[in-house]
This record gives sequence, C-alpha cells and structure tokens, in this order.
Amino acid sequence: MHSNGMARRILTVTAASATVALALSACASGGSTGDAATNRGPITIWYSNNETEIAWGKQMVEAWNAENPDEKVKAQEIPAGKSSEEVIGAAITAGNAPCLVFNTAPVAVPQFEKQGGLVDLSSFEDGAAYIEERSGDTAAQYQGADGKYFQMPWKSNPVMIFYNKDMFTAAGLDAENPQLATYDEFLATSRTLVESGAAPNAIYPAPTSQFFQSWFDFYPLYAAETGGTQLIEDGEATFNAEDGAKVAEFWKTLYAEGLAGKEQYQGDSFADGQAAMSIVGPWAVSVYKDAVNWGAVPVPTSEGTPVEETYTFSDAKNVGMFTACENQATAWDVLKFATSEEQDGQLLELTGQMPLRETLPTVYPEYFAANPAYEQFGDQASRMVEVPNVSSSVAAWQAFRDAYTKSVITGEGDIPDALDSAAEKINALIAKP
Amino acid sequence: MSLSTQSRTVAGRSTTPPGGEPRRKRQLLGKNPFGLLLSAPYLIFVLAVFAYPLVFAFWMSFHDYFFAAPGVDVDRPFVGLDNFREVLADPAIIRSFGNVGIFLLINVPLTVVLSLVLATALNKAVRFRTFLRVAYYVPYVTASVAVVGVWIFLFSGNGLVNQILGPLAPDPAWLINENWAMPTIAIFVTWKGLGFFILLYLAALQNVSEELYEAASTDGAGKIRSFFSVTVPGVRPATVLVLLLSTVTGANLFTEPYLLTGGGGPNGASSSPVLMMYQRGIEQGSPDSAAAIGVILVIGVLILAFVQRKLAGGDES
Repeated sequence: MHSNGMARRILTVTAASATVALALSACASGGSTGDAATNRGPITIWYSNNETEIAWGKQMVEAWNAENPDEKVKAQEIPAGKSSEEVIGAAITAGNAPCLVFNTAPVAVPQFEKQGGLVDLSSFEDGAAYIEERSGDTAAQYQGADGKYFQMPWKSNPVMIFYNKDMFTAAGLDAENPQLATYDEFLATSRTLVESGAAPNAIYPAPTSQFFQSWFDFYPLYAAETGGTQLIEDGEATFNAEDGAKVAEFWKTLYAEGLAGKEQYQGDSFADGQAAMSIVGPWAVSVYKDAVNWGAVPVPTSEGTPVEETYTFSDAKNVGMFTACENQATAWDVLKFATSEEQDGQLLELTGQMPLRETLPTVYPEYFAANPAYEQFGDQASRMVEVPNVSSSVAAWQAFRDAYTKSVITGEGDIPDALDSAAEKINALIAKP
Repeated sequence: MSLSTQSRTVAGRSTTPPGGEPRRKRQLLGKNPFGLLLSAPYLIFVLAVFAYPLVFAFWMSFHDYFFAAPGVDVDRPFVGLDNFREVLADPAIIRSFGNVGIFLLINVPLTVVLSLVLATALNKAVRFRTFLRVAYYVPYVTASVAVVGVWIFLFSGNGLVNQILGPLAPDPAWLINENWAMPTIAIFVTWKGLGFFILLYLAALQNVSEELYEAASTDGAGKIRSFFSVTVPGVRPATVLVLLLSTVTGANLFTEPYLLTGGGGPNGASSSPVLMMYQRGIEQGSPDSAAAIGVILVIGVLILAFVQRKLAGGDES
C-alpha cells in the first residue's frame, strides 16, 4: 500500500471520527438559558433509592402533578454510582443535572457550588426567608461563607447510641437504664458486655479509611463533648484541643482493649449480633424493628451531659437546585411544596427521618405521641452539628480520617500530636483560594 | 528506498488525474472504502476513550483545573509543575507509589511463573482438563466485589486461613496488618487474574512443536530440562505479553485497596496511585492533582515496560 494514500485515508477516517465525536459531545452538553430563573414548565427531580424515601417521593410528585398539570415533575432515583455525590458531580459537568436532588450531602455542597452547578436559593425573592423560617437557627449551619444558601436544609438523622437490650440483659446489665452517659460508664459497660461473652464487640463503627466514617465515631462524640462545636469554625480546625483529645482517647481505649472491632465488617454488625451497640439515626428504627430488641440513648461525654443538653451529628441530607435546570421558578415552587408542613409530615410518617424544621415535636405532636420510639430523635433534632460548610471539605475530612485511623484505631503515636498535625494540614487546605 | 520511490511516483501521478473526481475519491478513501467504515468505530473508540483523555489529562496536570458546569466562566491558569510538586510533596502519595512497587514485585513474577507452570500442566493433563481450565478461569470472570467478600471472610482474624495457621497467624490479621495488607492484595490479584494468563500461555503452548520435545527427549533431557530448554524459550513472546499486561493492570490497582482494605488501609499501607487519583480527582474535586499522579504513573509504567521488553527479549517477539 502506498504510504501517502494510507496517511490520507487515516486522516479522512480520523476527521470523520472527530466530527462524530464532536457531534456526540454537542448532544451531551447543555445548560440553562438566561431566563431559567423565571421560567416555568416541566422539571426532573432525583431522590434517594431507599424504599421509604421512594415512597415519600412518589406521593409528593403525585400530589404536585395533580394540581400542576402544566408544570409536571418527572422523578427518578439517583443513578447508580460509587456514591450519589460522584453521580451528581458528573451530571453537573455534563450539564445534565436534574432540577432538584433530594439527597444532596452537605459535605459536597461547597464543591458543587465551586463547579457552578448549584443555584443560590437566596436569589429567589423569598428564598432566605423561607429557609430561615422553616429551619430556624439550624439554617445558619447550611449557609455559605457569604451568607448564601446553595442548599435547602431538608432532613436529618441525628445519631444516637442504639443498644441491644437482650445482650445487655445477658451480660447482667440493666437494659432499661443502661450506664452509658460518661466515658467511664461506657467503658465499664463495654467491658462487661465483652467479658461476659454476651457480645463479641461492644460497638463496631466502620474502622475503614473513607473520609465520611468519622461522622459515625469521632464527630458525634466531639459535638457532644464541646456542646455543639463543628470540626472547623471560623476557618480553623477546632479539634486539636483538650475536648478533641478526650474523645480520641476514649475511642483509642475501646480499640486497644478489643471492645471495638478493628476489622472491616461485611454487613450490619448490630443487626447481625456482632456488636451490642451502634451509632445510628432514626432511619434505623424501622430497619431494626423486628431484628433487634433495641433501646437508644444520647452519645456519651467525658463527664456525662444531661440528655436535654447533649449535641450530636445531624447526618442530614438536603436539597440542591442545579443550574442546568431550565425551569427554576417551577423548581423553587416544587421545593417549597416538598418541604411544606404537610409534606414534612409525610416524610416523618413514611421514613421516620426528621425534617429540618424548628421545634419538630410541637409541630407534629400526634406523630410523636403515636410513635414514642421517635420522640427522643425529635428532641435530639434540636441539638445537632453539621459538617462544616467550607471549601475542600472532603479533603479536610480525609486528612482527619487518616490521622484518626493511625493514632486511634491502630493506636500508633501520640494523639495530641496526630490531631495537631491533621489540624495543620486542614488549616492549609481551607486557606487555599 | 523503494517504498519512498513508489510513493513519489504515486504522488506524482496524482497531480495529473486522468480519471477526475472518482479517482480523487479513490485516492482519498482507498480501494475498499467499506473497510474504512468498518475500522472507524474502533478508531473512534481509541480516540475518545484513550487518546483524548490521555492528552487532556496531560494538559490538566499543568493547569489549575476543576470540573465545572457547561457555560460557567472558569479561569484555568497554567501552573507549570505546581501540581507535580504538590503531589510529590505528599507522603501519602509517595507511599502509594511505593505500595504499588511492592505489589508489582510480588504480583508480576508470581503471575508469570504460576500461569506458565499451570498452563504447562493443564496442557499435559488428560483427565478433568476442561474442568480444570474452567476452574482457573472462573475467578477471572467473577466480579471483584463478590470475590472480595469471600477473601475478607477468609483472611479476617477469625477466618479460615488464620484457623488453619493457628499460632502462626499474623497479629493483627492480614488485611489490617501494615506488613501483610499489600502482599495479601498481591496474592488476591494474582489468583484472580491467573485464569486469563493461563489462557494466553495455553494458546502459546500450541505453537511449540512437539518435535522439539521429542528431540530434547532423544538428547536425554528430562521433563524439567525440557521445560526450561523448550517450553520457556518457546513461549517467550507470550511471556513478554504476560509481563506487560500484568504490569499495566497491576499499576492500575484500585478495586482491591478500595474494597478489600477499606480505602487503602491500614494507615495507607495498601493505598495505590489510582486510589489516590480517585480520592483527589473525584471525591475531593482536584482533578489537576489527580492528573499529575496519573502522568507520573504512565511514565513509570512506560519505563517499566521498556525495561521488561529489553530484559525479556521483546524484540524477538
């Protein structure tokens, strides 16, 4: 074959291929028009893929569509991926994010905002007022540094200590009044549970290295110990002080004495009877209903804090409105409809998760009277700490987790040194423009 | 020389086309335009999935880059080697490269030796041949996620392996032991991929002439001598391929540290460069740093491949 002819043909095919590729990429890209903020019309929303939230989402969409035939909502579960945040991040980049995602993790919001993917909800005339009226003081934790709201605080799962009453009884402990308020009590109870053979582990938070795992071991106890301090406040890490060290030492003791599992567990250690306690939110009430005879108490503090003053981690999921949305006026109305008192009541009823609404127990007294198991979660929902709303949030949590797994779970090195070193790294990350 | 002369001749002719339009079309599309059509999908695939991302990643690694929504005005300044300096100053990333080095040192030789020995044995096996071939191939086609669950069970503190080893079992257990986590992953990956490499060797063994074995036997060579003097040189091209493929796939290690050791644990002892790329690029929204790690990895793999080709006699293949 002649080389010139061959080269020309390769060039031809390459050019043709590039044209097709460009055409395909052109099809994939999109974006909002200039009038998107005031446009009305059909919109698409995504919600979580768990059974109870699907049920809530379906009835909400049905109720909206029945009254708004010209602004219909099309709903689907968040497409599968390693995590919802990755899928949403990819959708923002591709320009095909839906109008609303009813499962936006607060930790990812600064990143989505940086990507230019989120609509500032304060830009709607009644945006900030609506959010603040519904969520009260809690709303402040979801504001960006400039006071804007790039997320609608939606629902929380304030985490508490779930304990297995049968295991406590088998260990000779008082299952109705468990001694778990102070670190000393918690450790003594844990030792009894394991030494008696009633439970293989007292507690089994995931000992793995993913950035978010600290939300279910260190952070709830840190929130409680400090009376509601976030991991980062005013642009600086807060945990490298006495309170942070106390919490870390507490966990280190649990691991060092073999009271908490150090190996990754495949499954739910609490449901499987591998641990007598677990740190989870109210979503677990319906899950453990038939599997475990459970009770719940607030997370412990070093000296024991009264229940009504104990803080915890919120494990909240919010709603984000995305800039790819072409009918943002409709999306804002749907968002208000979905977070109305009626729909929040439906959310509580169908999922057991706590709407991020001020004075929850007084808004839905009938629900809490009929479902006493949820009452303490409703009360706990007024004392919650969110992940800090800072740029490089995920990187900061990863830096913290790396230091934590080494100094606490593996037990290598000095805890104050490890916390100082993690704080230094985190402060540098936050200071980055 | 003759080729260039021919080319010039053809090029010379093309300046005075007696046939006009059809001739030009033929010169542009060749004798078989349909062939071009058939090859286009693969070319598009290579361009879109391999070439474009590679060039783009290289570009990204020299810029302050993050993924943004279409239409958003983002400044992406050229930052020179800043991203490379940043990742190379991070002990966790340096460690991940060291980890994958340990992984390759265990995985690649083990893969080559085991797959060749087992392929040779399978080639000779008469009974249960099909069953054995399928048995080795099953782990390769089974999803990692499913197999990882079984290995966590096997290598946990109370797992089957430790029960068999008794007092010899390491403490802490394999997957949470800083010294054993990476070797355990290397053994897992070797076991899982063995079926594919055995298949490559089995194919190569069909090309080794039976007469060579007969001649070796006549010269008094035993089975072991025949293996080293006939089989090993006879499958050298396949060995180069196995070396190359196991190095490339090994350097891209991700699923196992992500799932088997819960995100590169314990304390980063099993983290890999690709896991760090995932953390930086996808989870933390810094694809520029992730691209820098990727470029360093590509260069490292290319150097390794070059050395392997030189040492294993790839030129002869």
